[in-house]
Amino acid sequence: MSGTFVGMPVFPPPAHAAFPPPAHAAFLPPAHAAFLPPAHPAFPKAAHEAVHNTTLRGNLRHATHTIRAKRAKAVAEVSDWAALREAGKQIKDHTLRHLDGYLVRLEEAVTAAGGTVHWAADADEANRIVTELVKATGETEVVKVKSMATQEIGLNEALEAEGIHAYETDLAELIVQLGKDRPSHILVPAIHRNRGEIRDIFAREMSEWGRPAPEGLTDTPAELAEAARLHLREKFLRAKVGVSGANFMVAETGTLVVVESEGNGRMCLTLPETLISVVGIEKIVPTWQDLEVLLQTLPRSSTAERMNPYTSMWTGTTDEDGPQTFHLVLLDNGRTDTLADEVGRQALRCIRCSACLNVCPVYERAGGHAYGSVYPGPIGAILSPQLRGTASEIDASLPYASSLCGACYEVCPVAIDIPEVLVHLRERVAEGGRVTKDGNKVVLKPAKGHAAERAAMRAARWAFSHPGALRTGQRLASRTRRFQPRTLPGPGKAWSASRDLPSLPAEPFRDWWQRTHGGDRR
Amino acid sequence: MSSRDLILGRVRRAIADVRQDDTPYEQAVDRSYLREHGRRSVAETVDLLAENLADYRAIVHRCASGELAATIAGLLAERAAGSVVVPAGLDAAWLAATDVTRVPDRLGSTPRELDAVDSVVTACAVAIAETGTIVLDGGPDQGRRRITLVPDHHICVVRVPDQVVSSVPQALQRLDPTRPLTWISGPSATSDIELDRVEGVHGPRTLEVVLVSDQPRADVTS
Ligand code: SF4
Repeated sequence: MSGTFVGMPVFPPPAHAAFPPPAHAAFLPPAHAAFLPPAHPAFPKAAHEAVHNTTLRGNLRHATHTIRAKRAKAVAEVSDWAALREAGKQIKDHTLRHLDGYLVRLEEAVTAAGGTVHWAADADEANRIVTELVKATGETEVVKVKSMATQEIGLNEALEAEGIHAYETDLAELIVQLGKDRPSHILVPAIHRNRGEIRDIFAREMSEWGRPAPEGLTDTPAELAEAARLHLREKFLRAKVGVSGANFMVAETGTLVVVESEGNGRMCLTLPETLISVVGIEKIVPTWQDLEVLLQTLPRSSTAERMNPYTSMWTGTTDEDGPQTFHLVLLDNGRTDTLADEVGRQALRCIRCSACLNVCPVYERAGGHAYGSVYPGPIGAILSPQLRGTASEIDASLPYASSLCGACYEVCPVAIDIPEVLVHLRERVAEGGRVTKDGNKVVLKPAKGHAAERAAMRAARWAFSHPGALRTGQRLASRTRRFQPRTLPGPGKAWSASRDLPSLPAEPFRDWWQRTHGGDRR
Repeated sequence: MSSRDLILGRVRRAIADVRQDDTPYEQAVDRSYLREHGRRSVAETVDLLAENLADYRAIVHRCASGELAATIAGLLAERAAGSVVVPAGLDAAWLAATDVTRVPDRLGSTPRELDAVDSVVTACAVAIAETGTIVLDGGPDQGRRRITLVPDHHICVVRVPDQVVSSVPQALQRLDPTRPLTWISGPSATSDIELDRVEGVHGPRTLEVVLVSDQPRADVTS
């Protein structure tokens, strides 16, 4: 586990903005433009490019296959894996069914323990709250623990716009930030970079940000890690404000949990005077005991370790130990809209372990950048279109960026039926339907002329330009049958009860490609 | 309307379809998973702890309580440590055999001062055999969280077998959530560069765990 689980960047500031996002540079002072990652291309284009980038594909393949094999071993060590997985699912489902109550419980517990709780309905509000909290300290620098929530809302950019520098301290995130790049994996965000590239980035950029890279830096991982250690230590030792996310929040006790490997998390969580944690409202578990399930399943699913090197737990503030001021920002930003979807809400069970990325044949070839959000891979394909809605081309195409092979469901430690949600969202895109947007019920129109499908088709060409991908698809095709619904869920039920569901949204990706392109495998 | 009310209202509308369910939480989750994995004797559990700690590159030592001071003195000497941070409640006898400069864990000391210290010696709250984890809870013999983070060398003493549990569920039962907790499994590590594992990025690069037993020396396997 390289840091907390995080992942990707910085999507567009207004979280629900239509695609394409406005260029970040437009709202930032030119002086800071250099800190910005490039704007996101659409899934089709990005996937297409990724396939032709052999370095990226090689790195990604190596990473996913390595982690995949190790994970299987780590999971096999615990004989009650199935029971733990079921318990994890039940804990999270129960929490989501009673989320209002647990949020209030959590707020009470955190407040009683000396923390302050803030509520943020969307990305803008969360960014505003954090910016004001930092400004109130008089500081212009913050150190950050890897956190997907803050990347989802574009916090670094929002802070930068107010003259506050946010330093990523996870090694991979540092590589990404110095490289003016985007993370490509939840767990190992810089997995698309090899050691030579990392050396070059450090040698070139570190001096811009603080302590320069040592003279004559080579590309051995140990030397690169040492350069990062020295560079970041300066920042840790002077930091007054830390910003984090959290892996879990315990409603009954008000305890927050961050799991990580490097110690950068512990640095950010204990050395500063003020700690600000931005956490999605779905990250709650009801009781302290619940951690016994998730602290067993998360590390093994994620980094294939029995336990990650460091786990920090804190409850409000503690006299004379750690930050004396603690703020918790509870983030909605599309989560309640996701919760309103009877089929799709299970995506909120996700504990961001990234196991589904590592088994996905589509992710392996497309790379994390192609998903156009902080959430890549299978979970990204179902979460992003729910958090942001399916109005944009990228979000409408994501439910199609899958072979429906079912491998993601098999490995998910909280048993999210990703294929089921993918099929559900395809139907939503193709047929339209009732959805909740910003808490209000609206009726979605079907995508015109299946624009999303066309986009997805273009995106998919690469998967079939590679014989290995096709074989995987064929081998797994039979396993997908159970995911093909006979009737439509929700409002479509009455309609589909009297006829067969059109196979288009439900059929395996390969068949769909074959049928619509007559075997034209470019 | 405040954002709090807005969000709670959205949540309530979002789950309006869910049937009211008054099952108490104790019964809502099937907890038929195991409390520990495998059947082991107490000695085997301690052996498993040692094995799993070592597997994650912690350096494990075993000694009887009478040898602890000498063991610690030896470890500090091996590293040529010039100074060691000492939590306020650490048993003074543990450091009786070394004349390394003691740096007290003081509220007023700055992170930079800590950065200049070579080593830290602490006790722990509990150790988990199945995962090779030691847990610190900020008790008087463990000190503030930062003292085990900034110095590059951490010696942690675990009293065996009474501080050792088998599993994560058993550890959580023993711990107090109101205390700040740090779970440590091996030294700091990263695999961010081409998945090559490198020990020690920010936390101590060397973690030495001393399993100290009250049993007479003959019963201590080494
Ligand atoms: S969906 Fe499941 S497998 Fe994928 S990241 Fe989330 S918890 Fe892990």
